Amino acid sequence: MLADKDRIFTNLYGYQDWRLKAAQARGDWDATKPLMQVGQDAIIDEIKASGLRGRGGAGFPTGMKWSFMPKESKDGRPSFLVINADESEPGSCKDREIIRHDPHKLVEGALIAGYAMRARAAYIYIRGEYIREAETLFAAVAEAYDAGLLGKNAAGSGYDFDVFVHRGAGAYICGEETAMIESLEGKKGQPRLKPPFPAGAGLYGCPTTVNNVESIAVVPTILRRGASWFAGFGRENNKGTKLFQISGHVEKPCVVEEAMSIPFDELIEKHCGGIRGGWDNLLAVIPGGSSVPLVPAALMRGVPMDFDGCKEVGSGLGTAALIVMDKSTDIVRAISRLSYFYKHESCGQCTPCREGTGWMWRMMERLRTGEAEVSEIDMLQQVTKQVEGHTICALGDAAAWPIQGLIKHFRPELERRIAERAGAMREAAE
Amino acid sequence: MPKVTVDGVEIEVPQGATVLQACELAGKEIPRFCYHERLSIAGNCRMCLVEVKPGPPKPQASCALPAAEGQDIRTDSAMVKTAREGVMEFLLINHPLDCPICDQGGECDLQDQAMAYGRGGSRYHENKRAVTEKYMGPLIKTFMTRCIHCTRCVRFSEEVAGVDEIGALYRGEDMQITTYLEHAAKHELSANVIDLCPVGALTSRPYQYEARPWELKKTLSIDVSDAMGSNIRVDSRGGTVLRVLPRTNDDVNEEWLSDKARYQVEGLAVRRLDRPWIRQGGKLQPASWDEAFAAIAAVNAGSSVAAVAGDLVDCETMFAAKALLATLGSNLIESRQTGMSYPVDSLAAVNFNTTFAAIEDADAVLMVGSHVRWEAPLLNVRLRKAAKRGAKVFVVGPHWETTYPAEFLGDDVGVLGKLPAHVSDAFAKAERPAVIVGGGGIVAGALAPALALAESWNLVRDGWNGFNVLHFSAARMGALMLGFAQKGGMADLVDAQPKLLLALGADEVDFSKFEGALKVYIGHHGDKGAHAADVILPGSAYTEKSGTYVSTEGRVQFADKAVFAPGDAREDWTILRALADALGVSVGFDSFDALRARMIAEVPALGVEGLADYGALPKAGKAKGGGQIAYPIKDFYLTNPVARASGTMQQCSAELLHGEPVLEAAE
Repeated sequence: MLADKDRIFTNLYGYQDWRLKAAQARGDWDATKPLMQVGQDAIIDEIKASGLRGRGGAGFPTGMKWSFMPKESKDGRPSFLVINADESEPGSCKDREIIRHDPHKLVEGALIAGYAMRARAAYIYIRGEYIREAETLFAAVAEAYDAGLLGKNAAGSGYDFDVFVHRGAGAYICGEETAMIESLEGKKGQPRLKPPFPAGAGLYGCPTTVNNVESIAVVPTILRRGASWFAGFGRENNKGTKLFQISGHVEKPCVVEEAMSIPFDELIEKHCGGIRGGWDNLLAVIPGGSSVPLVPAALMRGVPMDFDGCKEVGSGLGTAALIVMDKSTDIVRAISRLSYFYKHESCGQCTPCREGTGWMWRMMERLRTGEAEVSEIDMLQQVTKQVEGHTICALGDAAAWPIQGLIKHFRPELERRIAERAGAMREAAE
Repeated sequence: MPKVTVDGVEIEVPQGATVLQACELAGKEIPRFCYHERLSIAGNCRMCLVEVKPGPPKPQASCALPAAEGQDIRTDSAMVKTAREGVMEFLLINHPLDCPICDQGGECDLQDQAMAYGRGGSRYHENKRAVTEKYMGPLIKTFMTRCIHCTRCVRFSEEVAGVDEIGALYRGEDMQITTYLEHAAKHELSANVIDLCPVGALTSRPYQYEARPWELKKTLSIDVSDAMGSNIRVDSRGGTVLRVLPRTNDDVNEEWLSDKARYQVEGLAVRRLDRPWIRQGGKLQPASWDEAFAAIAAVNAGSSVAAVAGDLVDCETMFAAKALLATLGSNLIESRQTGMSYPVDSLAAVNFNTTFAAIEDADAVLMVGSHVRWEAPLLNVRLRKAAKRGAKVFVVGPHWETTYPAEFLGDDVGVLGKLPAHVSDAFAKAERPAVIVGGGGIVAGALAPALALAESWNLVRDGWNGFNVLHFSAARMGALMLGFAQKGGMADLVDAQPKLLLALGADEVDFSKFEGALKVYIGHHGDKGAHAADVILPGSAYTEKSGTYVSTEGRVQFADKAVFAPGDAREDWTILRALADALGVSVGFDSFDALRARMIAEVPALGVEGLADYGALPKAGKAKGGGQIAYPIKDFYLTNPVARASGTMQQCSAELLHGEPVLEAAE
């Protein structure tokens, strides 16, 4: 279990004040200037050495992402950092805790990361439904400006840096990096084609890096305590500490900071008080937020909770938002509800996702009641394959994977429902 | 130039080409809906998926992927076939498949590609989506249930027309294409989205349920609604022209067409002069051809005869009239019917020398007295491209709504003599500066000062001629080439007090000045000219005769005859030929070919399709003071007799320009 001294988010639960003074007492904004003075490339190297991988779900190495940004502007275009606080993934609730209880970690991280990638300003795009959180964030940024930590000569470093907070309007797709850039520009939130990648032409056509809130908020602490400290947690290629968000049928659902690669059982036992009704009552787990395939109980036991561990069981770590389901769950209905979510949130730009998500949801609804043919299960599988990998952004994949996971692991359940309904129908007909 | 391999064949493709273009170069057909050569790349239909190595192990949208050295592209693999079938299936699940009652049937991209790349049947057993119709104005009929969300229409209005009118609402499968607040699309090119729409979601309202594409006879022709010489295809059935579509010509109209060119043809069926008329006792009475000719011969005009050519006539008609007058001993021929009298010693001084295609490259443009959006909507598209590439645009003349940033310098031509420093600066620095003088500018006396500017700004330089005059009458350049101009313009004709005045489709003439003359109107519509005429000889409209037209950039183009003129109406040249007999003279040609041969013998340039050579720009004369500019076109939709007769054009004028409410029959 992660020792208290090794926690990055020391006010995750809001036991203390979030304001600047309290945050400084916890160590935020402490000697920010010397942290920055080591130089931009040194910061990037340090982040690379720490093994930090993006906390938004894809797990792309953060330091490497920063190094794609231009070292100097050849044509006068500024660079921008965009921080993705549009946390809309069902099951995810870590960025919310950071913003409402520890916003200065994020604001300081924005300055340091922005400085490292030579950005002119950072835009924090916060989810529209996060009203109180946005208020806190606005206030925290204002505090930082008042204290001279942002703006001209930010934190006395000699570097000019602005942070703008932008509120979204409640579209899940705006959490996709290029759709977020479109939305920031005032357009309809629809993902862009890649290439060009944001690091070449992003916000307003300028080089842009989009990072998750957690990825940015951990940066100051990594620099303070050193890359080797951070790299001391977790398995190779899965370094560091991570906020896990456990919801569903556990005794005590919670958000908790833990070392990467902690075994699933240990995470549940130590922090969540175990599975409701005991381990035998566990049905399945969605380990990384709604977009990844579910994993049945038998496979999930003992899995190290990191990118590679989850991948080995055919799923993904995603945002480390674990949705735990016990045997009281109507698993088909649960996945069908996720399908409805993706149908509702598809931006409608490209064909497979626009048409496919609705089709998949409607079919899932029929499978829920068994009002289908057994052959339609295979057809549904094919439809998910027709969506997956054929779309502009990853929402198509995210809509397909939960259903693929369901068919892979719970096909007998689907068949049982169809057979049961067919039997009932036959009786009624006589 | 990168080398790529397409289905095992190595080819070299131009730098910057996409994978889709590479495949086309290799002769492979790539299905597509959203991709269009003249619009930005959206990459959203996902129909053009191909397999590309190196790359992720999934199909790639070829329209958006740059071709790179060493790529191995497969368009025939199992992965590609499945991907296309999958996308096609998705496109069709919510498509109503009401092809039997859809106007797009037979010329529908979705239909064709579903046949070629789709599966045989549907596996979709849920309810289909239905979308309410959207009001898009008098020209565009919508069936939004059929929409496949390719966003071509959105991109066209944003990028080409420069008007933010069409967009998408909502998201996911609820996404809908609509105009802003369901207002009518209000620009001169709105109907092009009908051609762009790959399905039957946006169809032509006036042409609704009129015909099937395979029933139509397709005739290649030239548009006469403005002086652009847009290349058109006239679709007719029996004796009726049902619609006009643009033909692709990158030098002229690219593949767009103005709404007027498209929908004025409806006017070809109404208000027609289909028999001769003679004015008796102040009233026009029906007559026979013989009676009409006899009435003309009775004037005994001798050589006291004049001819005025209207805006829509072809060169052959004008040449026939010129030949007739010459044999009668008169040279009183004029085409600038509203009374303009600019010098025509050098046609280079009244020509659009830069050419439409090249004006896109201009980096500084000064428009003098030209409402380009109305006088030549497709030129405006080119100017917008130039502005998007960084050209600075200045306008002298009353304000109009440009579709690009432009600075208005004032209403008086006098401004040309004292241009602000930043304007002179821009032109001094420009590599490819251009001046465009419009009809309004010529009337206000801008031609001479503009020529002076041409000299001081050095508009004519190596490989570039930046001096342009923009006419808006389709007949103008042809008429000038045929010498249809007097030194003093129409005033010379008035002064000569002819006994006989032949008005060749001329409707804008002030006939009250020809009190003593027998006014003979040879034309096709009962418009202003016919109302003033003493004798009416029914002629043919532009779709009803072959003819040569010269556009305002001096491009000689030939049009074919699509249908026969109605009733007793005849082709214009035959009327003039018969009139020669009635007047007892011989014009020396008995067939259209002979006429054309004589015309080409006289003006060889009219026999060669393409840009005519008008020589060098003349020296600038003395520039006079100036005058207030007023644009000649008061109503874009009603500029000529054909358009004025068209119900659709009248409706457009009423609704789009005068804001009259839409009157729909109660259902």
